[in-house]
Amino acid sequence: MSSLWEYANPRKFMATSAFLLPWTAGIAALCLVTGLVWGFFFTPDDFRQGSTVKIIYVHVPAAIMAVNAWFMMLVTSIIWVIRRHHVSVLAAKAAAPVGVVFTVIALATGALWGQPMWGTWWEWDPRLTSFLILFLFYLGYMALWEAIENPDSAADLTSVLCLVGSVFAVISRYALLFWNQGLHQGATLSLDAEQNISNVYWYPLVITLAGFGFLFIALVLYRTRTEIRARRLKALIAQERMA
Amino acid sequence: MMPDLGTYAVPVLSSYAVSLGLLIAVVAASIWKARRVRARLEEVETRRGRS
Repeated sequence: MSSLWEYANPRKFMATSAFLLPWTAGIAALCLVTGLVWGFFFTPDDFRQGSTVKIIYVHVPAAIMAVNAWFMMLVTSIIWVIRRHHVSVLAAKAAAPVGVVFTVIALATGALWGQPMWGTWWEWDPRLTSFLILFLFYLGYMALWEAIENPDSAADLTSVLCLVGSVFAVISRYALLFWNQGLHQGATLSLDAEQNISNVYWYPLVITLAGFGFLFIALVLYRTRTEIRARRLKALIAQERMA
Repeated sequence: MMPDLGTYAVPVLSSYAVSLGLLIAVVAASIWKARRVRARLEEVETRRGRS
C-alpha cells in the first residue's frame, strides 16, 4: 500500500489531482444542480417560516463548509509545521479563498433569512459573532500570505494563525452547546430522528451539502495545482536573477 | 414552474442570487489565475530551454 506522504511530492500530487479533478467537479455540479433545483422548486413551504425555508439549501451547506474548510486548513497547516511538506501548506493557502466565499455566503444568506424571521439582519449572539470572527480570521490569513515575501516564513506564520483561528471555528460550530443562548437555532442536521429536520427538506439538503463538499474538494485541488506552479515559477525567476 | 414565494420572494431570491454569484465568481477567479500562472510558467520554461 502506498503511503499518504507520497502525495507530498508535487509530481505525484499533480498526477493524482489531474485524475481526480474532472470527477470531483462533475459530482459537485451534478449534486448542486439536483439539490438546489429539488429544494427550490419541489419542496413545500414551512408552516412557520413560509418560503424562507428554501434559504436552508444555500445557508446551511455554506456554513458547514466554511467551518470544515478551516479545519482542513488546520490539518494541512499542522502537517506543514511538523513535516515541512510544501504541498500541504499550499493546499491550506489554496483553500482559504474558497472558505471565505462560503463564510460570506453563510453570513449574507443568514442576514437575509434573519430579517423576516427574527426582525433583524444581525444579532450579537455567540454563534453569529464567532462566525464573524472566523470570517475576519480568513481575511487575516490571506492578508498574511500576501504580506510576507519569504514563502516559508509566510507558511510558518499563517499556520500559527490557523491554529489560533481554529478556536473560533470550534466555537461557531458548538456555540449553542457552550452557551445555550442567542437567536440562532441548534444543529439543522442531527442523527437523532426527532431533532432532525423533516425528510422532505433533508434529502435535497444533504445532496446540496454533498455538492458544496465536492465543489470545495475540486476547487482546492485545482487551486493547489496553481499554487505549485506559482511556486515553481517564482523559483525559476529567482534562479534567473541569480545567474 | 416558478414557486409562489409570497411576501418572502425578495429574501429568498436574493439569497440564491448572492450564493450562486459568489460561487461562480470563485470558480472564475480560480480558472483565471490558473491560466495566467500556467502561461507565465510556460513562457519562462521556454525561455530557459532556449538559452
